[in-house]
Amino acid sequence: MRVASLISILLCGMLFGVGLAWSGMIKPEVVLSFLTFDDLGLLLVLGSAVMTTFLTYHLAPRVLRKPLLEAQFGKHITVNTRDTVLGAVLFGIGWGLSGVCPGPAIAGLGAGNWPLLVSLAGLGAGAWCHGIWASRHPA
Amino acid sequence: MIDSLFPNGVLPYLAGGICIGLAVSLIFILTGQVAGMSSVFSSTLSWLSRRRYFQQPRLRESRLWRLYLAGGLILGTALYWFGFGPAISWQTSVPLWQLAVGGFIAGFGARLGNGCTSGHGICGMASLQGLSILSVLIFLSVAIGTAQLIAYLQGI
Repeated sequence: MRVASLISILLCGMLFGVGLAWSGMIKPEVVLSFLTFDDLGLLLVLGSAVMTTFLTYHLAPRVLRKPLLEAQFGKHITVNTRDTVLGAVLFGIGWGLSGVCPGPAIAGLGAGNWPLLVSLAGLGAGAWCHGIWASRHPA
Repeated sequence: MIDSLFPNGVLPYLAGGICIGLAVSLIFILTGQVAGMSSVFSSTLSWLSRRRYFQQPRLRESRLWRLYLAGGLILGTALYWFGFGPAISWQTSVPLWQLAVGGFIAGFGARLGNGCTSGHGICGMASLQGLSILSVLIFLSVAIGTAQLIAYLQGI
């Protein structure tokens, strides 16, 4: 990937981080207060992020033949129903237990939320075990 | 009614969500990449492990930009927090065992299910992928059940 693309992604990542911090999602307490129905704000975060992204994903390929800095628009397609369902169940248990998902686990460090290093270690160890398992059982 | 559903107001949630959506949008417009977050754990491990799963091209080819994205997340949060926000560092009081065990289960699940709250929740739903919508319905329901159960048990 070109240096210009990497710098762009770094800057966009910063905007992503501003969004996670502004919305309060970097606080596991805010996420948990949504999951226990004390404050439904997370629905607004998800809804407004999805609406914005929906417009771009559908309009950009019609207006542009290719992305501004790279050769083609990528897709990340999910095809395995069984793994998707099982993975979603496990992800839900872990997210509901900790109030931490991957984006905020990383972003929150920027607010000095060092206990999230424990979350990051857990997420990394989980991804590592999955990779070992998936190497032995290719889809 | 609105006050009871959103006791802390709605503006930060909407503004934050739009920032996140714009970030994912700009990454797509500029580089064509779909910016889910959970892949960064597997793609970074491709530097450390020779195992077949980690060495697949999809992870090796994206491992550098995914780290730039992760670095941006930390810098952006720091910029907001210390530039516009509370300006004093903040730590969660969720018990460390919950962060560790929850992280491990969520990490395994996100990779098995090929996405998390950003990959399926934002990118997948925005591209109207059926399996992403199914995934979000499942993990939201399970997370709500889990959090309510933990809150109940801690209240006993």
